Amino acid sequence: MARVVVDVMLKPEILDPQGQAVQRALPRLGYQGITDVRQGKRFELELEGPVDDAALARVRQLAETFLANTVIEDFTVRVEEDEEVTTA
Amino acid sequence: MTTRIGVVTFPGSLDDVDARRAVRLAGGEPVALWHGDKNLHQVDAVVLPGGFSYGDYLRCGAIARFSPVMETVIEQARAGMPVLGICNGFQVLCESHLLPGALTRNDHLHFVCRDQRLRVENTATAWTGDYAEGEEITVPLKNGEGGYVADERTLDELEAEGRVVFRYLDVNPNGSRRDIAGICNEAGNVVGLMPHPEHAVEALTGPTTDGLGFFTSVLKKLVATS
Repeated sequence: MARVVVDVMLKPEILDPQGQAVQRALPRLGYQGITDVRQGKRFELELEGPVDDAALARVRQLAETFLANTVIEDFTVRVEEDEEVTTA
Repeated sequence: MTTRIGVVTFPGSLDDVDARRAVRLAGGEPVALWHGDKNLHQVDAVVLPGGFSYGDYLRCGAIARFSPVMETVIEQARAGMPVLGICNGFQVLCESHLLPGALTRNDHLHFVCRDQRLRVENTATAWTGDYAEGEEITVPLKNGEGGYVADERTLDELEAEGRVVFRYLDVNPNGSRRDIAGICNEAGNVVGLMPHPEHAVEALTGPTTDGLGFFTSVLKKLVATS
């Protein structure tokens, strides 16, 4: 078993009203100096067998067609050890 | 022979019954289609209704887009069958890439529910033939994720090709780029919009009957081409 993590974020040019709402709440909670917040999604995929190039290619395909809408979102795929494998 | 118009029910669809009623009031034969059934049961057109298909999980319309019925709807839409996506149905059409762009969370974060004035800007689509170019109509609008976005090049293309079918008047209720309320594909057989024409087909229940024209338009179009 191995874990692959897919992070999905709105593209920089797409407005993120949820992130903005979080950011606006921060001063009220006593957190100063945070100028921007962007909110995204994290998917943790448990894979059977080894995480080889073929398995990662399949995850990337899954991320591109399903987990992310590449019209408005970017995604990254990495194996759990925080080792960056690819950037969309 | 009456014209058969299919209305898909996904788990979480809300406005499928209203859409079927609108078809009936316009003089067509409504046919209930099920998300798990690839068979379109010889319908001549399909309506993807509003609601929260699959709970809006992942993204609005993202899971519905991969349902068995959509395989056939996508194939038939590419072959020219008229398809109308209302609200969640519009989101499904964008996720299916039958229409460009995407629908994002309303810029003010609030759910909107109001009677919305629109301008009909393209009357050459399968669903708008009964309107006059520039006609102003009022139909209900209710959404939380109705902000239409696309890159500037796509927006310019839509404008240049006359594919902005409906534009919001008075106020932009959700932050949609260029006040876009609805668009169509290049052929004009696939139309998607966030407002709800199927809720404006009877004086008793709607603010107007301005929405009936969608359904009478497609019936005329289908009779003319059959």
